[in-house]
Amino acid sequence: MSVSIKEHDYIGLSEANMEKQAYEMIYNNKDLNLKATELRLGLPGSESPEREVVVHGGAIKIMMAGAKRGFSDAINGGSRKWAYAGDGGQEVGSVKHSGQETDVSVSPVPALPERKTQVSAKPNRQISSPAPKQQVVGWPPIRSFRKNTMAVSQTKNEEEGDQKMGSGCLYVKVSMDGAPYLRKVDLEIYSCYLDLSSALEKMFSCFTIGQYGSHGVRTREGLSESRLMDLLHGSEYVLTYEDKDGDWMLVGDVPWDMFIASCKRMRIMKSSDAIGLAPRAMEKCRNRTEADNE
Amino acid sequence: MDPAATGVTVAGTGADPAKTTMFPEEFLKRTFSLINSDKDRNSVSLVCKDWYNVERMSRRHVSIRNCYSVSPEIVTARFPAIRSVTLKGKPRFSDFNLVPDDWGADVQPWLNVFATAYPFLEELRLKRMAVSDESLEFLALNFDDFKALSMLSCEGFSTLGLEAIATHCKNLTELDIQENGIDDLGGDWLSYFPENLTSLEVLNFSTLTSEVSFDALESLVSRCKSLRVLKVNRKINLEQLGKLLVLAPQLIELGTGTFLEELVSGSVNGLENAFSKCGNLVTLSSFWDATLLHLPVVYPVCGNLTFLNLSYANIGPDELEQILGRSKRLVRLWVVDTVGDKGLEAVGSHCPLLEELRVFPVDPFDQQLGVTDSGLVAVSKGCPKLHYILYFCQRMTNAAVITVAQNCPNFTHFRLCIMNPSEPDYLTNEPMDEAFGAIVKTCTKLERLSVSGLLTDLAFEYIGKYAKNLETLSVAFAGDSDLGMEYVMRGCPKLKRVEIRDCPFGDSALLSGLTQYESMRSLWMSDCNVTMDGCKKLAEEMSRLNVEVIKDEGGDDRLANKVYVYRTVAGPRKDAPPFVVTL
Repeated sequence: MSVSIKEHDYIGLSEANMEKQAYEMIYNNKDLNLKATELRLGLPGSESPEREVVVHGGAIKIMMAGAKRGFSDAINGGSRKWAYAGDGGQEVGSVKHSGQETDVSVSPVPALPERKTQVSAKPNRQISSPAPKQQVVGWPPIRSFRKNTMAVSQTKNEEEGDQKMGSGCLYVKVSMDGAPYLRKVDLEIYSCYLDLSSALEKMFSCFTIGQYGSHGVRTREGLSESRLMDLLHGSEYVLTYEDKDGDWMLVGDVPWDMFIASCKRMRIMKSSDAIGLAPRAMEKCRNRTEADNE
Repeated sequence: MDPAATGVTVAGTGADPAKTTMFPEEFLKRTFSLINSDKDRNSVSLVCKDWYNVERMSRRHVSIRNCYSVSPEIVTARFPAIRSVTLKGKPRFSDFNLVPDDWGADVQPWLNVFATAYPFLEELRLKRMAVSDESLEFLALNFDDFKALSMLSCEGFSTLGLEAIATHCKNLTELDIQENGIDDLGGDWLSYFPENLTSLEVLNFSTLTSEVSFDALESLVSRCKSLRVLKVNRKINLEQLGKLLVLAPQLIELGTGTFLEELVSGSVNGLENAFSKCGNLVTLSSFWDATLLHLPVVYPVCGNLTFLNLSYANIGPDELEQILGRSKRLVRLWVVDTVGDKGLEAVGSHCPLLEELRVFPVDPFDQQLGVTDSGLVAVSKGCPKLHYILYFCQRMTNAAVITVAQNCPNFTHFRLCIMNPSEPDYLTNEPMDEAFGAIVKTCTKLERLSVSGLLTDLAFEYIGKYAKNLETLSVAFAGDSDLGMEYVMRGCPKLKRVEIRDCPFGDSALLSGLTQYESMRSLWMSDCNVTMDGCKKLAEEMSRLNVEVIKDEGGDDRLANKVYVYRTVAGPRKDAPPFVVTL
């Protein structure tokens, strides 16, 4: 059951702003708090999520035809956090790539309530599993130095005997092919691939790995090789990461803990570019599991 | 007494208007030289033209709280004898990444003018300014008498700039670098202090991340006998700290390095000893990586402490209790929420003199951790003198805040940050309106208020109705409609700074403050419902305001996503980057 939508969009203006509203709603959802740390994916006034985050100036192509369905399923079915204009069953509008902003063939969005932040908290709080906390730009209001220092201290405290310290701070950059901006995510705040992929999905609004959640399938941590291949073939983009050794691997190959210990940065790349990765990734994983005793 | 001789004129005597100075100039000069508060001096300068002139000629310190409200030329023209300048630049929300890079607030144009107008400048205190290494070098080379540099929340410089300061400022007494966006290139900037520099009184490099030469530091501390404030960075360990303390037992404020090390017991004793010789210490800060293992070394000085800053120490309630039990004189306390409600109960029990408490979150995104309503109530019960609070928490109740207001009616600064945007009272699920209502009703001296949690227009109605002394207001994710902001703008006559983000306030709300903005320092509104038309209208009506819109790329041109409004006598900015549009 999808969460009943709360405005979260303070704009509440005319149709003309519907696009921005819907977009903003997702990103301003009190639970999701999707506004990314530093950069916004879509800029104010960006289009509706029905068209999947298309940025003025044609920067980010989000929706690929193949994944459209999956994405909307993700929104309606598995991903219970989506705040959406209208009801949850709304069909995703015709997919348009950036540049064609005009045709939003979406069923009319009811005028959004004025109260931006009038969330009746209950429905949201009845969600059983805690949402992976998203990051709103500049919230809570803490200066960067303090935030970064805390992150390092926190990590140090948690990993007493553990070798996984690394730099202590687990912010990694996430880039997407075709996108003009990078995002940063703090891997520390997620506990499994599902959380991470949901977050990235929302951040980049279409994401391959997120699909496995959309079918309501609870997988074990980490994706099996075959599942990964399914996904790869089913969509245009895949999530990869660069590990400590500088190799590019598919996300999902290794157990979560190993992943966050070795991930230096991530890249959402076109699956056509990534096909060659999979076998190598699995092999490397096998080798690593043998050699690595951490 | 002959009135003319004393310069006193009796009204209506028909005395020569040219001689109607109330007091001789010399008298005024001497009197005014005793007046140091900016506020008083401003009042004095308004009395009459003569007083204005005498005052301006004798002013030594000027505080420019918004660098764009006035130009350096205007300042130097009015005040020719300034020796100390405080300059603040960017809107406060720039601390939280809401203001794009290259927005402005460059200190260089000021330095350029000061180089000719104030060659004897001694002190420069900067907050949220853009400072480059070149500017620091310019400063170091052009002001021979320069003594004190303080930079808080500035960015754009690196340790290279610090090298220049260390090298060329022969009379340096203060170098205070705090929480800046500094490019720590490491290097040995500390070693650039010449051997003959002995004047240092304040050295704070606690937020620099790279190692400094300990030898250079040791030598510096040893020869600067007037050193009273020393705050080192995390790279300095306990043993090194001990050595420094032995050299500077006269310290009044100390920022420690890291506590991470395992000391041999001999060293621990030595360290305790060193601390016990520091009879003047009243402020302790940093405490990185502190645990119960080595915290005890500071116990000898706890009894004298008035300010304890543990906001970088992730300690628990037990550690806190140990320290607080020995620190009965504490007036100001900063902690991390790892101390929990239990730790705050200890605060309530041990700190009857406490006036200020700040509780920072260790991890804003973890719902399990932190402090709650009960901790806040516990503090308010035990600390009736509390008047300043900054409190980050995951959840709060109206009842708790109402109790707090009753226990501590003297709040001047009440900054409550419930970290989930729009979070209601977690027991009743109601908005937090009554909480803030209680605060503004009871705390009549309230000057600064930061609100959070689920708030309707009612909260703002309360603020507008009761918060008559309010000067600074911060609002985020709150309100229902324009009315909210209107209540405040119409009801609070002393507003100076208002910053609003993510609220449903639109043009009507913006324009409701028309009559207020000229007596305010600034207004910030981001991610609200303000449109370009609204901003234009404001700009048209009020010519002495700068109404600036920070444009995001792309985006609806009709919306004004980030608006910064401030009074100015300097006209529109001449250095505005392309994304800042002045209407």
